[in-house]
Amino acid sequence: MFPQIKIQTEDFDLSTEIKQLREAYKDVGAVVSFVGTVRDINEGDDVSILELEHYPNMTEKALEKIRLEAHQRWELQNSLIIHRVGKMYPQDQIVLVAVTSKHRENAFLAAHFIMDYLKTNAPFWKKETLPDGSERWVDARVSDKDAHSRWLKD
Amino acid sequence: MIEVLYFASFREVLGQSQESLPAEHGTIQGLLEALGARGESWREALLENQNLQIALNHDITHRHAQIKAGDEIAFFPPVTGG
Repeated sequence: MFPQIKIQTEDFDLSTEIKQLREAYKDVGAVVSFVGTVRDINEGDDVSILELEHYPNMTEKALEKIRLEAHQRWELQNSLIIHRVGKMYPQDQIVLVAVTSKHRENAFLAAHFIMDYLKTNAPFWKKETLPDGSERWVDARVSDKDAHSRWLKD
Repeated sequence: MIEVLYFASFREVLGQSQESLPAEHGTIQGLLEALGARGESWREALLENQNLQIALNHDITHRHAQIKAGDEIAFFPPVTGG
């Protein structure tokens, strides 16, 4: 087994991570992965740098809780969440969510669920630096809250 | 004593990331009222902020939660990860 929650400053390689995720399971039928990347524009402004802050100790606990809830809701074999922190630049990878399952439907749903919950329940905050050097914190979106709420109706 | 942590924009507005305070407030609301009395920026960021997020010992909680010596309480704005 390998760490299934990783908070790190360094980049990650999707192929390497998925290979490890699948390694112990011969009956994997589906691998679904999502990679979130840094955009060069937000709310109409160019963005030069994106900085991610988190709450050490709580972050790992919150992500593990989300991951375990996904395993309770759907039949999954394995799952992985990697979230980067620190300074990043447009086109950089920020987050990876990957799950394996015997069947694709469970894998798609679980990956979607983990990502939606991560957006509202995990203590990460984004700060943008614009080309003129000014900085601003990214506000939470109502759409993220709505995306989270839809899983509560089940 | 309790440990109180401030993250993201709160850390910047309030000018600190962490402090130790006496465990004398009973509930998080009691603590918020004491912090709010420090001035306008404290009142706006914490006491009167409808979007305030609170964690008690690393779990999300609410204003009416009881606090005791040794607890770690964190205040922060809505999260924006991913």
